[in-house]
Amino acid sequence: MSDILLAAGIVMTSAGAMPADLRLGEGGIIAVGPDLDRVGAEVVDCSGCWVGPGLVDPHVHLREPGQEWKEDIESGSRAAAAGGFTAVVAMPNTDPPIDSGHLARFVADRGRLVGLVDVFPAGCVTAGRAGQRLAHLDELWAAGVRVFTDDGDSVADAGLLRRAMEYLVDLGGVVSQHAEDRGLAGAGQLHEGEVSARLGLAGIPGAAEEVVVARDLAVTRLTGGRYHVQHVSTAGTVALVGAAKEAGLAVTAEVAPHHLAFDHRAVLSTDPAFKMYPPLRRPEDVEALRQALADGTIDMVGTDHAPHAAHEKDVPFEDAPRGVIGLETAVGVVLETVGLGSVDLFTRMALAPARMAGLADRGRWLAVGEPATITVIDPAVSWVAERFHSRSANSPWRGRALRGRARHALLRGRFTLRDGEVQW
Amino acid sequence: MKALLDAADMARAVRRIAHEILERNRGAGDLVLVGIHTRGIPLARRLAAALAEAEAPVPVGELDIALYRDDLDRRPVTRVGATRVPVPIDDRVVVLVDDVLYTGRSVRAALDCLADLGRPRRVELAVLVDRGHRELPIRADYVGKNLPTSTLERVSVRLAEVDGEDGVWVGVEQ
Amino acid sequence: MRHLLDIADLGRADLEGLLDDADGFVEVLARPIPKVPALRGKTVTTAFFEASTRTRLSFERAAKALSADTMTFAPGTSSLSKGESLKDTVLTLQAMGSDLLVMRHQAVGAARRAAEWLSIPVVNGGDGAHQHPTQALLDALTVRRRFGSLEGLEIAIVGDIRYSRVARSDLLAFSSLGAHVTLVAPRTLLPVTTEDWPVTVSPSLDEVLPTVDVVYLLRVQTERGGASVFPSLAEYTSRFGMTRERRARLKPGAVVMHPGPMNRGVEIADEVADDPDSLVLEQVSLGVAVRMAVLFRLLGGEADV
Repeated sequence: MSDILLAAGIVMTSAGAMPADLRLGEGGIIAVGPDLDRVGAEVVDCSGCWVGPGLVDPHVHLREPGQEWKEDIESGSRAAAAGGFTAVVAMPNTDPPIDSGHLARFVADRGRLVGLVDVFPAGCVTAGRAGQRLAHLDELWAAGVRVFTDDGDSVADAGLLRRAMEYLVDLGGVVSQHAEDRGLAGAGQLHEGEVSARLGLAGIPGAAEEVVVARDLAVTRLTGGRYHVQHVSTAGTVALVGAAKEAGLAVTAEVAPHHLAFDHRAVLSTDPAFKMYPPLRRPEDVEALRQALADGTIDMVGTDHAPHAAHEKDVPFEDAPRGVIGLETAVGVVLETVGLGSVDLFTRMALAPARMAGLADRGRWLAVGEPATITVIDPAVSWVAERFHSRSANSPWRGRALRGRARHALLRGRFTLRDGEVQW
Repeated sequence: MKALLDAADMARAVRRIAHEILERNRGAGDLVLVGIHTRGIPLARRLAAALAEAEAPVPVGELDIALYRDDLDRRPVTRVGATRVPVPIDDRVVVLVDDVLYTGRSVRAALDCLADLGRPRRVELAVLVDRGHRELPIRADYVGKNLPTSTLERVSVRLAEVDGEDGVWVGVEQ
Repeated sequence: MRHLLDIADLGRADLEGLLDDADGFVEVLARPIPKVPALRGKTVTTAFFEASTRTRLSFERAAKALSADTMTFAPGTSSLSKGESLKDTVLTLQAMGSDLLVMRHQAVGAARRAAEWLSIPVVNGGDGAHQHPTQALLDALTVRRRFGSLEGLEIAIVGDIRYSRVARSDLLAFSSLGAHVTLVAPRTLLPVTTEDWPVTVSPSLDEVLPTVDVVYLLRVQTERGGASVFPSLAEYTSRFGMTRERRARLKPGAVVMHPGPMNRGVEIADEVADDPDSLVLEQVSLGVAVRMAVLFRLLGGEADV
């Protein structure tokens, strides 16, 4: 097999972004530098593009096992590859939920079989996501699980959360929390504010998220554990996370592209494409989230890719399931809404999620000897999201013009995306 | 466009029709004049004034026939106008008044509307201009002027109350 | 106008045009034969997924007075209970030859979704606590016929604003037509915010009584378990009920309205409800004329207003 030469891109190295070629061969990256020797290499033009470590999505729903009509690991892997991702952390709220070792192995194995991206299963914190007793944390750990979450629900019992965190301190795992207080969220359908008042729908106040995060941060301090806040949606949560980091807690946070792109006024249309939990918040929250992702208070982007079949979303807003897909549009949306530079983009979408999720062989800049797991992003290309590799098309960006997109991706030296085409 | 009637011609036509109505009905006793929206209404008022001058005041009503038209699908209505008849029309003689008699479809609609309002003893029809080309078996009892036209021509009756001037013109359809 | 879904979709001229037409239909309904052939051959279908008799009957009466045929979809006995989706249900009603669908549904935005799915006009007969546009039109018509115009009128809407589609619709219509609206309710019955609404808010009915031209009482939704949002019905009545004493403190010419059905003895006292000056029954009669105007505009009127 001949070497691959990624030519004339801007390469992300520990010394920063620099114009360079990148030569990939047996054993990963074999050379980095300007005007590398092209003899014996397949040359792939990367001019105008950013060449960085493979993107990682710390938060996706692949729906398998149990809800394969929405998505499965194969279609979800294709969607991830199309978006330039080389690894995803699959949420455990499947049917059955991933609360024991053999289920986690099933998910990881299915991902390996498809071979387009590494699929890292997250495991439940509590058995059956029921919030009553701890899941088989050791067994999950042995199966490779590093992220523990009851996503879709909060771990409501602070005592149970404490025990999980204490247990995971020794192992080094992280609790990833869907922060939503059930009592405050109630039957809410969208952010509680002008739009919910206008529509006459029950709202979810920002406090529903903030009380859980505030409580969890106290538990984090108590246990010395690692804590990750999923899909931060309010300025208040940003402030809590910022203060906790300043206080030295082991806290990370993610934001979803839709929370960077839209505010609750989009829901005035009652289009179910804008229904997700946490809900779209106020314009000032959107501004705070963009700022926090830019300055690093929020460490990473997690798409919360949540596929739902057309017939499930083709109902009145109130009757629609929550969530939107995001893998295939994430890069463009993040670039458009936050305008991150190349180093920051790869920090937020590759390094930080890999480190949070404890992924082996990831979380480092490109250098000789590193694996050839690479994403090449064209930050200037204009395109319209029309057809999706995901089995579902519940995207609020459907039919909208975006700027910026992954052009190539390689997983351990093999193209998974080439010139925008999934190598399948 | 060619002017066929001027203001004086129109005034004469209205007076003549008023006299014919009185003659045929032997007085103004049971009469009700009902104008068809839009230009039939001022014409009915002018006829009433002429009748009052010649003999006695006659009540005047107005009909909006939009709700009775048979071509709503083809020619949508912008606004529903008023239908007002000041006295019960049962057992009276109603004289429908319109500006132009053409296909007869407006008169058909007006007759249907009248039937919903009551049961007149007799209904007569007075028009300022009869331009022919009937599509229904309807004829006028009183005609200001017979105007043989082609269907390509447009007959335009203008009344001071609605249009700011009096007169009848004929032009070619644009 | 392709559909009637939300008062917010209508400008002042649209509202006034519909009320003008409705005035014409008031006259039609007063005729010896209160029926016109305008919509002969058209079929108006009512699909009320949430129980309601009054509004459905009013629409059917309006359709029949325009000589339209009516079809009634009864969800209780339908394939909905067999799991058919809302989309398939309304597509089926359209395929059966409906020319217009009047729809009430408990989900906010349901009528708008149906309008997206269908090629025929859709009239929102109420969606959750969101909108009930024909109620707003009939209320505006009632006020306009009583006062001549809404310009400069003071209107108080009293009661369960938070859960009321009538309040959400009426306040938009009233204020768009030039009236000033005050919402009167305890905090627990107000929406979380009214900041961007064209209204004033007051917690005291007694304070606004002497200055208003219209007191619009909302139904206390006792079936919703009022106990959790105010202490007791008796306490509600003592603060917000339109008693005979309060009626007497209204300025001369002021009127009391209610969308029905009334909870006598709760938000409205018998003497007020039965007062010859109460407009409650006139609201009901004018509802038919307003709905005729809406049906005629959507099926016989100008295609694009």
